[in-house]
Amino acid sequence: MQLNDTNQAVPAESGAYKPLIVAFCCNWCSYAGADTAGSSRLSYPSNIKIIRVPCSCRVNPLFILRAFQRGADGVILCGCHPGDCHYTTGNYYARRRMTLLFSMLDYLGIERERTRVEWISAAEGAKFAATMNEFAETINRLGKNRKLRDLRCEI
Amino acid sequence: MQKIGVFVCWCGSNIAATVDVAAVAEALGKQPGVVYATDYQYMCSASGQNLIKDAIRDYGLTGVVICACSPRMHEATFRKTISSAGLNPYMLEIANIREQCSWIHKDREEATKKAITMGTAAIAKVQLNTPLTQMKSPVTKRALVIGGGIAGMQTALDIADAGFEVDIVEKKPTIGGKMAQLDKTFPTLDCSSCIVTPKMVDTAANEKITIFSYAEVENVTGFIGNFKATIKQKPRYVDAEKCTGCGLCTTKCPSKKSLNEFNMGLNTRTAIYIPFAQAVPLVATIDPDACIKLKTGKCGLCEKVCEAGAIDYAQKEELIEREYGAVVVATGYNQIKPVQYEEYLYNQSRDVVTSLEFERLMSASGPTAGHLQCPSTGKLPRHIVFIQCVGSRGTACREKPYCSKVCCMYTAKHAMLVKDHYPEVECTVFYIDVRTPGKNFDEFYRRAVEQYGVHYIKGMVGKVEQGDGCLKVQASDLLDNRQLHLEADMVVLAAAIEPDPSARKIGTMLTASMDTNDFFSEAHAKLRPVESPTAGVFLSGMCQGPKDIPETVSQASAAASKVIGVLSKDFLLSNPCIAHSDPTLCNGCSQCQNVCAYGAISYEDQMVVDKGVRETRRVAVVNEAICQGCGACTVTCPSGAMDLKGFASNQIMAEVDAICN
Amino acid sequence: MAIDREMILQISGVNPKLCMKCGKCSGTCPAYDGMEYHPHQFVSMVENANLEPLLASESLYTCLSCMACIQRCPRQVEPAKLIEAVRLAVIRQQGCDHLLPDELPALLDPELPQQAIVTAFRKYKK
Repeated sequence: MQLNDTNQAVPAESGAYKPLIVAFCCNWCSYAGADTAGSSRLSYPSNIKIIRVPCSCRVNPLFILRAFQRGADGVILCGCHPGDCHYTTGNYYARRRMTLLFSMLDYLGIERERTRVEWISAAEGAKFAATMNEFAETINRLGKNRKLRDLRCEI
Repeated sequence: MQKIGVFVCWCGSNIAATVDVAAVAEALGKQPGVVYATDYQYMCSASGQNLIKDAIRDYGLTGVVICACSPRMHEATFRKTISSAGLNPYMLEIANIREQCSWIHKDREEATKKAITMGTAAIAKVQLNTPLTQMKSPVTKRALVIGGGIAGMQTALDIADAGFEVDIVEKKPTIGGKMAQLDKTFPTLDCSSCIVTPKMVDTAANEKITIFSYAEVENVTGFIGNFKATIKQKPRYVDAEKCTGCGLCTTKCPSKKSLNEFNMGLNTRTAIYIPFAQAVPLVATIDPDACIKLKTGKCGLCEKVCEAGAIDYAQKEELIEREYGAVVVATGYNQIKPVQYEEYLYNQSRDVVTSLEFERLMSASGPTAGHLQCPSTGKLPRHIVFIQCVGSRGTACREKPYCSKVCCMYTAKHAMLVKDHYPEVECTVFYIDVRTPGKNFDEFYRRAVEQYGVHYIKGMVGKVEQGDGCLKVQASDLLDNRQLHLEADMVVLAAAIEPDPSARKIGTMLTASMDTNDFFSEAHAKLRPVESPTAGVFLSGMCQGPKDIPETVSQASAAASKVIGVLSKDFLLSNPCIAHSDPTLCNGCSQCQNVCAYGAISYEDQMVVDKGVRETRRVAVVNEAICQGCGACTVTCPSGAMDLKGFASNQIMAEVDAICN
Repeated sequence: MAIDREMILQISGVNPKLCMKCGKCSGTCPAYDGMEYHPHQFVSMVENANLEPLLASESLYTCLSCMACIQRCPRQVEPAKLIEAVRLAVIRQQGCDHLLPDELPALLDPELPQQAIVTAFRKYKK
């Protein structure tokens, strides 16, 4: 574990703080995009963990709330590009649901930058890695998420 | 509690170089429920697979976690492996520690730690896995082809050739479609009728093919392998079995003022009519809007002259129910009527015609028997102006945004045919771009310019005005940078093509998606161009987008081969990772039905036992053969009744918990 | 302020990139023969920022603003708006006041709507 020394905003007490990021990736485009990033050996931080779902529309807003509750500092949802959804319209549903969820999270005081929706195709390994790096940097800058956490997790 | 086995793959050095595989196996071995954990050089090799099989038998494993490459690579392989050891193939989870860990990280400690987390998440998920079985559904070995043009006929003939039954439903009284109306075909200039009418005869003669002409598909329900269609047979008022097609009735009918659809309304036909001499079936049809007998009850001349006794004024509409394994949409196209283009005078001058009308004027079976005449005067025109891209490639509300694709070629054909028959007639073509990709297409266009002397002018006609005994055409010549004022006797508009209006209704009943122009969407623009995203629905011809005859025929045959692929199976196996609804939780709100892109969810009344109370409720039921398992319904369900097998909410939550721990 | 492409685009609200160079505007233009530069050339010249010859050309004032090109353009480019914008830019550019407040009383006419004077003043007083 090492301290990211470029990060100014890391709370002092967190020392070797590394944010925890959950990425939901649809099986047909983004998960394959992550595989492409892997095959091309494009690096992104190891604190990003991917959960495979059949389609971005499978992601229930509750999953994202649960992730924050359990200590995640950022959640990113990746799906196929609009019009490319394997299930035709799934990513449109995901987009609408996330718009609503994000505005609710905003209301709850969770910074807008902690959540993100990104369209990444199977061929866009470079975009996947770049997006993840950029997102991790954003979360690093924001520091630890303190809202929504289940206090019992802190014990 | 599951008994889980964990298998960590080295993938040679691909994983082992950056991940301490032994440490991963050791750490995961301590997870609750894990009874066996090991690492091995190549898990996907025969010996690696045997290792898994042996462990399943020796330790009585009920779930397997494999930490290896992407599930997109070897999930199917390992499912087979555990299945051959007697485990349900869906009791497997794969942690992708190669593409998403070892390959992207350099620090060994960091990568090992991540691999352990990923393995933990997979273990947490497999704890909640349930055995799933692929469902088998039988296949009705008959195909439905909607539309009897060249696309529909070719598809039907190819399917019939493979030995399967095919029904063609054609809304017009005859099959043949637009190709039967064409005079010649590009780029060979062979006679369209001469190649399409034998196909029509072949189609009718094929014992595997049943043609429902003058009929429409009223409703389609069901799913791949098991469609049920209701076909509405419109009344012809003629007994098709008895009618010999002699045509005597058509010579005696006193109602002669209906526009002849086959000739694009350029001349008239009688109320009882046979669309054209080579129609299939060659049977007369009475137009109820024009028939004096049907309207007033008096007349009955056709009945008197018919020697076969085929006339039946009492004929009623009939609904026919048939079952099919696959559906092919071949609804074709129409050419727009450019009535909104007041600048081209289409509405006001009979000498301004669309190219399909011009096709009839040039055809030997057309209203002028193939003699080129100005419709207003009956005289040979001295100068014909062809205008390209009328209604295509525009963004204004009267325009279609796409290129209609065939106009450049048929206009070259028209001009060439005119010059061929009447060298003294001047032909001028106004074009924006000449688009002639295709085998021998550009050569064909160049031949029109170089050999036949057709004037091609880059520019657009701004307006057409009625002059003294001629049409005055005002246009721009962009290359000469001048405005032209020409006198023409005829103006031919290459009007845009659009999908047949019946397509939208059929798309809705098949839940086959369409684009904003009402063309059917394909399942994948490159790799699945003849399949609709809806399983069991295939696309043939212009209904999917503008295309010429050879392309239509290729697509028709491609669709047929896809249909044969379905019909040749006795059973279809479906993906078991699909949605299912808990009837005790379902509140009957219909929201899942609304979001389902496949129409897989229906509602039915079911006896539900909830907290000891038996009652009948309206609950959601997922059709397992149609559901594709996207999960859109699971999120939309407000009562949490809907869940997705293989990606259940509690499984994903368990993964989230494991990752965030 | 010098007249540039962006200024014309901003005044007119026209996006010349929409043009597919079909020439229907010039085919339709009733004032074509009086013009040095024709409607389709206007669009192309603005798009290519080749404004000098255009600004100097009498063609600007030959356009009748009949809007036939706008009506018939298949791609909704609206060439007449572009021409109007160039005209306006030229009027504004010359910097000198084309209408001074002192000249106003002489122009007043009881029949003239006040609105016309205000509009003219807006246009010619810079």
